[in-house]
Amino acid sequence: MAGTALPGRLKWWSGDVTQIVRETPTASSLILNVPGWLGHRAGQHVDVRLTAEDGYQAVRSYSIASAPADEQLMLTIERLDDGEVSPYLVDDVRPGDPLEFLGPIGGYFVWEEEMGGPLLLIAGGSGVVPLRAMARQRALTGSDVPTRFLYSARTADALIYRSELNALAASDTHFQLVYTLTRSQPPGWTGYARRVDADMLREVAWSPEDNPAIYLCGPTPFVEAVSEQLVALGHNPTRIRIERFGPTGV
Amino acid sequence: MTNIISRGFRGRRQSPEEARRLPPGQYLTERFPVLSAGPTPHTPLTAWDFSVVAPNGRSKQWNWQEFQTLPRETITTDIHCVTRWSKFDTVWEGVSLDTLLAGFVEDGQFIMAFCDGGYTTNLPIADVIGGKTWIADTYDGQPLEAEHGGPARLLVPHLYFWKSAKWVRGLRLLTRDEPGFWENYGYHMYGDPWREQRYQGD
Ligand SMILES: Cc1cc2nc3c(=O)[nH]c(=O)nc-3n(C[C@H](O)[C@H](O)[C@H](O)COP(=O)(O)OP(=O)(O)OC[C@H]3O[C@@H](n4cnc5c(N)ncnc54)[C@H](O)[C@@H]3O)c2cc1C
Repeated sequence: MAGTALPGRLKWWSGDVTQIVRETPTASSLILNVPGWLGHRAGQHVDVRLTAEDGYQAVRSYSIASAPADEQLMLTIERLDDGEVSPYLVDDVRPGDPLEFLGPIGGYFVWEEEMGGPLLLIAGGSGVVPLRAMARQRALTGSDVPTRFLYSARTADALIYRSELNALAASDTHFQLVYTLTRSQPPGWTGYARRVDADMLREVAWSPEDNPAIYLCGPTPFVEAVSEQLVALGHNPTRIRIERFGPTGV
Repeated sequence: MTNIISRGFRGRRQSPEEARRLPPGQYLTERFPVLSAGPTPHTPLTAWDFSVVAPNGRSKQWNWQEFQTLPRETITTDIHCVTRWSKFDTVWEGVSLDTLLAGFVEDGQFIMAFCDGGYTTNLPIADVIGGKTWIADTYDGQPLEAEHGGPARLLVPHLYFWKSAKWVRGLRLLTRDEPGFWENYGYHMYGDPWREQRYQGD
């Protein structure tokens, strides 16, 4: 596979937050105006750097939520209550604030139409962020790659981009959207109501013979469990691209 | 570029001792950093072996039993992941690359570690000999879990942890440096955390 770094593009950028969208009770999207931004590929991330008055800095990675074809860069951050960086980004940042970040980073967990289809996107929690960029890019570029999007969250409230994803699915017969809610379900819920398991994947994940390009993103225990099941079902490990958002146990 | 102050950001400070042990841009975690690009392979010990291969094809191989008879060392070390996690005082057991590369160090200037799952990473020979690197098969006194690279992984604590290739199955000696997996995707060829060599061009 070709080297995919974009020399010259990976550097520290500064952008102003132009808009903040509250996505769920615990997640916000920051929309940024970044002068000179040279673009990215769907699935890449940036390293956001916060600097305190005395020069102390903290850096964390955040996937780019916007599609390359979007005009403005967007990040979506889920707040971890005891976190150093995410509570600040979700609760303290205001429109007009500048934000520094390094990017765009990553060349493996990226989707482009040439990857071949069909496409399978599997998200756990905030792992939906880079997959939203892929789904959006696919829609904005008029790609008709048959796509299935499986999104697992704890509750309906916790689903990020829900109405946007629903609209995508409603307007495109080649885009199938499947939710599973693992903790509680609202009355009349028609999606799945359990953790992703082999039966669910057998129903949703295409057949291994279709050789889907698979993108899997979320907390480490989630992606470990799902990828093990995909491999056990016969999916080609080299077609499974994984982004792990968090640590494992102690 | 001068840093922009993040209004109202305080952050979580480390103690001065911790700060001294943390390379630039890293933060301390009690958890275990995980960075890998694909599914976790599960190679049974009966199918496992470890090879060293010279450019002219000369090679040496150990199966799991043979590997277990090699001299072992216990290593306590800090580790630094390019995703910015650092973890202090991790405890491993393994076989020094000095032992495994004996008779091969003149055969190349670089090595390419190769692994189950197709992962590779490149290192200068000078960096892996001299008691600095190991093939580790226990972590914290337990057999190394597959998720963390078991049955065995490379342990190169002085470089970013992607160089400590998980599921390692052997070392190919190279006469010229070549990029491995992450290096092909824009990560640094060498990866010194103290010089913050994360990405190409750093
Ligand atoms: C490539 C990449 C892309 C990412 N993209 C996104 C994104 O788009 N949106 C997003 O919200 N986050 C994303 N993350 C996670 C993000 O980088 C931070 O880890 C997260 O925001 C927590 O940072 P913090 O400073 O708030 O918490 P910390 O102070 O780092 O940690 C606080 C506590 O939470 C635990 N913890 C840290 N991260 C997680 C996690 N993900 N899940 C569960 N527990 C955790 C820590 O072990 C610690 O106990 C991404 C991570 C990576 C590696």
